[in-house]
Amino acid sequence: MDFVNTTIERSTVQLSKTDFESDQMVKWCAGCGAHAILAAVERVFPKIGYRKENFCMVSGIGCSSRFPYYVNTYGIHGIHGRAAAISTGVKIANPRLSVWMATGDGDSLAIGGNHFIHVIRRNVDINILLFNNQIYGLTKGQYSPTTPMGKVTKTSPQGTIEHPFNVGELVMGAQGTFYARVPDNNISMMTEAMFEAAKHDGTSIIEIMQNCIIFADKAHNDVIGKESKDENMLNVKNGQPMTWGKNNEKGLILKDTMLEVAEIGKNGVTADDILIHDAYNQDPGIHLMLAKLAPPHFPMVFGVIRSAMFPTYDDMVEEQIKYAKETSPIKNVDDLLNSGDVWDIK
Amino acid sequence: MPNTKRQIVEKESVVVKFVGDSGDGMQLSGSVFSDSAAMAGNDLATFPDFPAEIRAPHNTVAGVSGFQVHMGSEKIFTTGDMVDVLVSMNPASLKSNLKWAKKGATILVDTDAFDEKSIEKAGYKINPLEDHSLDAYRMIKAPITAMTKESLKDSGIDTKTAERSKNMFALGILYFIFNREITLAYKYFEERFKKNPKIVEINKIVIQAGYNYAETIEALESVIQVGPAKMAKGRYRNITGNIATAWGLLAASERSGRPLFLGSYPITPATEILMELSKHKSLGAKVFQAEDEIAGICSAIGASYTGSLACTTTSGPGLSLKSEAIGLALITELPLVIVDVQRGGPSTGLPTKSEQSDLMQALFGRNGEGPIIIIAASTPDDCFYMAYTAAKLSMEHMTPAILLTDGYLGFGSALFRIPKVKDLPPIKPPIAEANDKNYKPYKRDAETLVRQWALPGTEGLRHRIGGLEKENITGVVSMDPMNHQLMVDLRAAKVEKIADFIPEQEIDGNKKGDLLVISWGGTFGAVHSAVKLAQAEGKSISHAHFKYISPLPKNTEKVLKGFKKIVVCELNSGQFVNYLRMKFPIPNISQFNKVQGLPFMINELTEKFNQILEEK
Repeated sequence: MDFVNTTIERSTVQLSKTDFESDQMVKWCAGCGAHAILAAVERVFPKIGYRKENFCMVSGIGCSSRFPYYVNTYGIHGIHGRAAAISTGVKIANPRLSVWMATGDGDSLAIGGNHFIHVIRRNVDINILLFNNQIYGLTKGQYSPTTPMGKVTKTSPQGTIEHPFNVGELVMGAQGTFYARVPDNNISMMTEAMFEAAKHDGTSIIEIMQNCIIFADKAHNDVIGKESKDENMLNVKNGQPMTWGKNNEKGLILKDTMLEVAEIGKNGVTADDILIHDAYNQDPGIHLMLAKLAPPHFPMVFGVIRSAMFPTYDDMVEEQIKYAKETSPIKNVDDLLNSGDVWDIK
Repeated sequence: MPNTKRQIVEKESVVVKFVGDSGDGMQLSGSVFSDSAAMAGNDLATFPDFPAEIRAPHNTVAGVSGFQVHMGSEKIFTTGDMVDVLVSMNPASLKSNLKWAKKGATILVDTDAFDEKSIEKAGYKINPLEDHSLDAYRMIKAPITAMTKESLKDSGIDTKTAERSKNMFALGILYFIFNREITLAYKYFEERFKKNPKIVEINKIVIQAGYNYAETIEALESVIQVGPAKMAKGRYRNITGNIATAWGLLAASERSGRPLFLGSYPITPATEILMELSKHKSLGAKVFQAEDEIAGICSAIGASYTGSLACTTTSGPGLSLKSEAIGLALITELPLVIVDVQRGGPSTGLPTKSEQSDLMQALFGRNGEGPIIIIAASTPDDCFYMAYTAAKLSMEHMTPAILLTDGYLGFGSALFRIPKVKDLPPIKPPIAEANDKNYKPYKRDAETLVRQWALPGTEGLRHRIGGLEKENITGVVSMDPMNHQLMVDLRAAKVEKIADFIPEQEIDGNKKGDLLVISWGGTFGAVHSAVKLAQAEGKSISHAHFKYISPLPKNTEKVLKGFKKIVVCELNSGQFVNYLRMKFPIPNISQFNKVQGLPFMINELTEKFNQILEEK
């Protein structure tokens, strides 16, 4: 699928990574997953091909939200939890900008939960990079809305007693049109998902399983670590069968109304029985099921899980304004002031 | 139809109030009546008075809805303290409004509504129409409901609809009492209900029937005539403060060339501004109804970053929620207009009533050192100019501005002399030019200290701003102690310098004297009227009404020094007076406060002024 978005002006010259490198010192911890996310963004922006002045980076508060300072675009570092609201204003006010938002699990799912679900519901055309490290990093290690239940943190010395959010489930619940999950240790997977998000018209959520080396080190290791990824990661691609394993021997099948793990060549299962991934399906049913899969009985699903076409909020704003301009007799403020019940005193 | 049979009594001004159950159509009656008054050349001010509930229990005092009209052949400054003519459609409305009627006032009641149950629900022990408790008033007791039904018996409409037209019957009686051409009301119906000719026809029939009925009442020996007011030449309309605010923002957008963005969340009494701007997409207004107050202001900050005239509208509780984001707008030095239509607080407080108790919140309700622009509108029509001014100052000086209005101004109406947009002062935001090699995010104009507005999409100006403290000029994140001090001082100095761009404080009256009366915002009409009365009696009294609060006009201290005594009148416990005390060490300053959700009455102000003048 080529770019269909004609609103945003494209660059006339081939841009490169250096066009987006900032002169600021990057102050994330050594070994933090955020460095790789920055590398992926610097790689994908030139590939997307918009004029470099048409990118706008927005963030909230937290480690993730320092992002705008580290990439050379227009950018605004906001306040805690409100990045989605700020981004919404940027995009509605100027739809010719490609708006990217950097946020975290605390920023968007706790203090900013309200804005997060509503930006998704409205389908405003912005791209959200959600750094999910399952911890509050900048305040030094308190549990977050994605911290697994039972986990010991600085504010849960006996283990958390909260049910964590599954980001994909939340996105679908809010009628999300685009959801991808990617690991921070695979730059090309991140780049690919970001590119797909840029192509998608509407709110794109990219959940990045990010490592916080200081306060939640290896939190995702059981899934995305070197030893576990073959068994526990299912990387989906649109139109491809959903298989994984060292030799791609495992696959997802649908039995009754449930997904099941099958092994190709066993119990009469053939490659043809494996479900084909359809990210573009408007119905979120299977996407939701995929988002919820997790070890030990299932792999965790990565890649673009959902990318469905729906009208965007910002497009509809423009359409309503265009229609009003064409049909309303009020063409300027003088018309308005003199409309309706007015009289002259001589 | 001239009223030759009756004696005509000329009056300079009259206050009429329509009261009834919410749902009795009192707002419509008031609107039709005030529209006709304006058409007949009167100056006027109106104010609706309705309960916080949409439909409070039927026929109870809690459910009374009212609409007050003050019209005159002289300049009208307030909606009137006491009522000359009270139209009361049920016992509860009589019970709750009789205290506002002047002795000898004309009271029109619908006797059909005074049944046993309604009388009891209103809290009366016996029927007030029969116990001589109203003997001091000129009573017009009419079976309005029955006669309304009678007048419509051939119209083919059902009884319920017929009954609902009783407000028009009462209105017909009033047109007779005020010797008003009934065709003025016809014009209103034809415009307002143009999509429903049947409603127009019914209203015409009923209002005519009411008028005819009045002619037969022998008790009505005289009719009242309020002649046309002397007003400046020009085109006029009647406008509420909230609509005027919305239009002022639209005018500022057009004049500045900056597209209008409004991010707001519904809240009484500010919602009308959001609704009004939603209607004007043809003027390019982008209106975003946010999920909450915080999203409202944050979306506006995003829009401001891209170069929109960005606004958010709210009332006290919403302003509290926006506090942190106002800090973001001020540290990023982005323009942003915040309209606070004040209501009674704290917390949910008195949503539909008016107060001036958000001043301290507007001035100081933020973490950190946070000076911003605060201005306040004086009258409903002034809301247009002050909204325009808030937008102009905010954009030209790159800092947020709070416009304080209040429920009384927002819902109230006044006549508005329509300006031409080209005659409004120009607005020139400091927009950075593409590929300006010297552009730096916090490089400042040497005189005004204003930074430039670099719009995303512009070639050669990529930059980042945000809530973390920045190094002056470069805009790089900085935790340097001396830089922080510098930035705090610069932000304050920038706002203080705006005093060079606003008018000096005016004094109504002599610049020296016994008493200076100070007011600000929506109390202008009452305070002005009370001061004028005292001046007419030869008292040494002057009035300074403040519209610019942060920064204060340059000559403020000089103004204060010319008087033996000063009294600051405001609808709170003393917020502006304490702000003045903080700024200027003046010993002779006293205060007059009221926090009842009600506007000042002229007579209570007069009493206070006399008391202060008499004190040694």
